[in-house]
Amino acid sequence: MARATSTQRRWVVTIVAWSVGLLIFFPIFWTILTSFKTEAEAIASPPSLFAFEWTLENYGEVQERSNYFRHFMNSVVISLGSTLLGLIIAVPAAWAMAFSPTPRTKDVLMWMLSTKMLPPVGVLIPIYLMFRDTGLLDTRTGLVIVLTLINLPIIVWMLYTYFKEIPGEILEASRMDGASLRDEIIHVLTPMAVPGIASTLLLNVILSWNEAFWTLNLTAAKAAPLTAFIASYSSPEGLFYAKLSAASTMAIAPILIMGWFSQKQLVRGLTFGAVK
Amino acid sequence: MSTRQTRTAARLMMSPAVILLLGWMIIPLSMTIYFSFLRYNLLMPGTEEWAGLMNYRFFLTDPAFFSAMGNTLLLVGGVLTITVIGGIALGLLLDQPFFGQGIVRILVIAPFFVMPTVSALVWKNMFMNPVNGLFAHAAKLLGMQPYDFLAVSPLFSIILIVAWQWLPFSTLILLTALQSLDSEQKEASEMDGAGPVSQFIHIVLPHLSRAITVVILIQTIFLLSIFAEILVTTNGGPGYASTNITYLVYAQSLLQFDVGGGSAGGIVAVILANIVAIFLMRMIGKNLEV
Amino acid sequence: MGSISLKQVSKVFGDTTVIPGLDLQIEEGEFVVFVGPSGCGKSTLLRLIAGLEDVSGGVVEINGQDATRIAPAKRGLAMVFQSYALYPHMSVRKNIGFPLKMAKMDKAEIDKKVEGAASVLNLTDYLDRRPGQLSGGQRQRVAIGRAIVRDPAAFLFDEPLSNLDAALRVNMRLEISELHQQLKTTMIYVTHDQVEAMTMADKIVVLQAGRIEQVGSPLDLYHKPRNRFVAGFIGSPKMNFIEGAEAAKHDAAVTGVRPEHLSLSKTEGTWQGTVGVAEHLGSDTFLHLTVDGIGGMTARTSGEFDVHHGDRVYLTPRADRIYRFAADGNAIA
Repeated sequence: MARATSTQRRWVVTIVAWSVGLLIFFPIFWTILTSFKTEAEAIASPPSLFAFEWTLENYGEVQERSNYFRHFMNSVVISLGSTLLGLIIAVPAAWAMAFSPTPRTKDVLMWMLSTKMLPPVGVLIPIYLMFRDTGLLDTRTGLVIVLTLINLPIIVWMLYTYFKEIPGEILEASRMDGASLRDEIIHVLTPMAVPGIASTLLLNVILSWNEAFWTLNLTAAKAAPLTAFIASYSSPEGLFYAKLSAASTMAIAPILIMGWFSQKQLVRGLTFGAVK
Repeated sequence: MSTRQTRTAARLMMSPAVILLLGWMIIPLSMTIYFSFLRYNLLMPGTEEWAGLMNYRFFLTDPAFFSAMGNTLLLVGGVLTITVIGGIALGLLLDQPFFGQGIVRILVIAPFFVMPTVSALVWKNMFMNPVNGLFAHAAKLLGMQPYDFLAVSPLFSIILIVAWQWLPFSTLILLTALQSLDSEQKEASEMDGAGPVSQFIHIVLPHLSRAITVVILIQTIFLLSIFAEILVTTNGGPGYASTNITYLVYAQSLLQFDVGGGSAGGIVAVILANIVAIFLMRMIGKNLEV
Repeated sequence: MGSISLKQVSKVFGDTTVIPGLDLQIEEGEFVVFVGPSGCGKSTLLRLIAGLEDVSGGVVEINGQDATRIAPAKRGLAMVFQSYALYPHMSVRKNIGFPLKMAKMDKAEIDKKVEGAASVLNLTDYLDRRPGQLSGGQRQRVAIGRAIVRDPAAFLFDEPLSNLDAALRVNMRLEISELHQQLKTTMIYVTHDQVEAMTMADKIVVLQAGRIEQVGSPLDLYHKPRNRFVAGFIGSPKMNFIEGAEAAKHDAAVTGVRPEHLSLSKTEGTWQGTVGVAEHLGSDTFLHLTVDGIGGMTARTSGEFDVHHGDRVYLTPRADRIYRFAADGNAIA
């Protein structure tokens, strides 16, 4: 039976793959497109693909009406804050587990991972009540604390896997060379681990930015990040598709770009090594 | 390679992380357990009293619980089916050589990076809305009546939305696993006379079985806690048609202010998740070399 | 400066006793080689001396001071690792200068010392390159340079040549030996290769299962092995061991004779055998024979001796080079 030539086959696959890809991406594409339409255009039937009057008015209106910028900054502060705090706590822990393992290290690591599997509803009430009573409700600080805790296992895990790839002998050599622990971490470990730390940072900023349980339940007007802000479009008044699209585009654009760079980290960070 | 000095240092360096996570686990969880044995409603503060297992009895015999339980299983099962089958198919597709692989990968991965509230609202309004959504427009074009997705099949619609979000995750993982399959194995089977279907069943699928199991376990843990998509589209309704356990607990706790009942529900959710977690931890443990 | 004493040093990992309890004296300026099969504990011993592992018992003395509890950096020793362990993100200059930077030396001093070490090791042209841009031999030298600048009481080498190809290994062996002549500093060298041990050492320590089998100069160990293990370990190809009736003739459980102490003849000799494989190296020929009544043996003969597979030959051992061993493996005087 004759075999299709490899170029023919390539083209068939190309067409199928691109069709599937575009189909999957379509909702995002449509959102971005709609953000440039007028509200009337946005609900027009039949919907127009490119032949409409492009406008930037939605972007302006979203910012005016609802101080979009503040929510954007909330997202930035909360994501970066929780990730950086997590890194500070996790780097020493990951160092200890990677370079000074004991028979209990594996158990501790697995236990840490298991804390990520706790359903948030299981602790929703106490956290809510504690935050209410300590004035942490609707504050950026409160959210940074919670998000740090829920992402700490992943940050430790990812750093651990990256540190394991650094040959232990190099750290021993630095010890022989007279480096104190501080010297060892600052002059030798960190420069070598920079790519790993950057990858971990990237993935965690993404996870925090998109977190949609605690950010929805623990914030109101002041500290609401973009996840919560967008949720306010669930019961709007009047025509709003174009504005929703504009708000959404602005909310997801940074992460889509960051996500492009972090595919490998995604597999590493979220499968906990069970898939190589 | 450790000495007394490095071991002492190591113990110190691990303590912040360990203490914080220990605290995070123990303190709120024990509070939830404690509350679950109280009759405690936020609207009537100061009237808390010990209620034994009453909250659990009410929660577990409430018809809402059965709906929620069923919905949770349907939700998880539905999303898993779509993402695993779709993930395998997409993985197989993307594993082939073709033009523009890099870009198609980005297109396929993108939904995972969209925040849940955005994707839910976009789907709800711009696609599923029976008046202005694209599906409605398409129906009218074909001369059919538009289908009110979220009102008529709320759970199914949510399954669709969540599956769209998680498909990239399973695709990425299954694709990674596929790419680790030694092409020589496939070639050897071809020499032995196996056609593409046999190859798939006897070589590819067994190789993927591990990755598929991991995908199922990890996704299940996260899917049990689906929340934002429900909140933003149907609020669990109509009635309890699209309420899962997570949403039910949320509703009882923060909407009805029933701290006692909500806590009992929360513990039930924790137990459910633990069952899955045990299997997942076993798989992780097998692969983890320290 | 540079004397090291180990007194009843032992090491236990979990349930396994790797080194049961060992005494050793290393004199200042000696080139000592720890040699033995894989797993004999030689690298562990080196790491105990370096301070990278804690001893489970016993005392490590450096220059007469008890250094057992002292951190590696403060013991005044320098180590060259098997994988060189160079800092990949630093230039050669910074690699070599790192220990001096840790000792808080001022920049001008550091530069002077680094350039000094670089010229001794022929690295001056490579000072600004990164380890990734260097060949194996060059990396080896950078690792040595990093050790030299510390002006240590002793150098510790952990199988430094095993990652190099054969030709390079021969060169580097010479370079390290020359370095020792030049610096006259104590050197402790770990290897599994007995050729390196024989050619480089002032004193060889043969280890097996964490125990010292024998300590002595290379020729001491060659001529007067204390037991069967050392006799079989030192010397290449391995000594031939003969058991049974043949050994009983010499009042021993086992006798041994080295391949180079067998003379071959086509006409007469003590034993007769058939040639199996003949390895012709040109200068020498190594014959693997099946000897009547004894079994397999290896013999060395001149390359001029014309012999082929299947030939029958006669062998005669040199009478004064027959070693005798008791049933417990120890040599009988």
